[in-house]
Amino acid sequence: MRWMWIDKFVEFESGHHATAIKNVTMAEEHLHDHFPGFPIMPECLMIEAMAQTAGILVGEAMNFREKVILAKIGKAVFFDFVKPGDSLRLDAEIATISPEAASTSGKITRAGELIAEIDLMFSHVDRNLAGKKFPEENFVFTGTFTSLLRDVALNRAKPVEQGTEPG
Amino acid sequence: MGMDRDEICQKVQGVLVDALGVDEDEVTSDATLMGDLGAESIDFLDIVFRLEKAFGIKVPREELFPAESLLNNPELVSNGKLTAKGLAELRERVPHTDLSEFQKNPDLSKLADLFTVNAIVTYLDTKLNAG
Repeated sequence: MRWMWIDKFVEFESGHHATAIKNVTMAEEHLHDHFPGFPIMPECLMIEAMAQTAGILVGEAMNFREKVILAKIGKAVFFDFVKPGDSLRLDAEIATISPEAASTSGKITRAGELIAEIDLMFSHVDRNLAGKKFPEENFVFTGTFTSLLRDVALNRAKPVEQGTEPG
Repeated sequence: MGMDRDEICQKVQGVLVDALGVDEDEVTSDATLMGDLGAESIDFLDIVFRLEKAFGIKVPREELFPAESLLNNPELVSNGKLTAKGLAELRERVPHTDLSEFQKNPDLSKLADLFTVNAIVTYLDTKLNAG
């Protein structure tokens, strides 16, 4: 299994917002235990799916130079169960971005119906934990996630200026 | 763009309730962010982001929480306490904070007590109503 909780991006506006799709399937091993006879997608994995959607959005805004780590779940509210066969749409937008961190707000919907609201904060880890050393290479954005962006054309003409708020 | 101190207090209270998941009545003016309200390091950035949105101004983190950046400087810190130089530097950076108690024993662990709700309100009051 790969730790990827979104299948692809369908919209990507650099520094502003991104939309990803997650199709839930009975082939996912954990659904057979969560719960036997009543398979539903764990809410923590919906948070992870949003963290991947929003985290890649934040990482791309800084041209993947920063190690972007999920630092805080400001809000996570769920309105319905998600079952195998469901197709989830994850919309994330950057609320604020600075050299050290970013905050995002996000919604998960299924055929237009609101499933969850998830607001997150990401830390650009090299710039925050003073005194701690991290590996040189960017261990967050490895090659595996690039396939998620296969269907969207990335417009990197205007990278977000550090420390400003996207309009 | 002047703003009443009560109005500032109210907005700051809202920001802290949202950022730290605390109840409104916990956010008293002398509550400390870390000790009383349970703030951790990432929360300080969250608070900065939310204050910027709520008040529509830029809030440089080192201006609002200036003591944070002193902690790693060996010239300013010795044996877990701020040196005379560190204390002077701190005083310069936090003109809006009352240091009279802290300077009697400038222990780093006590530094956290300086981050109070009142210090945020005073900072914003100065920033918004200066001149």
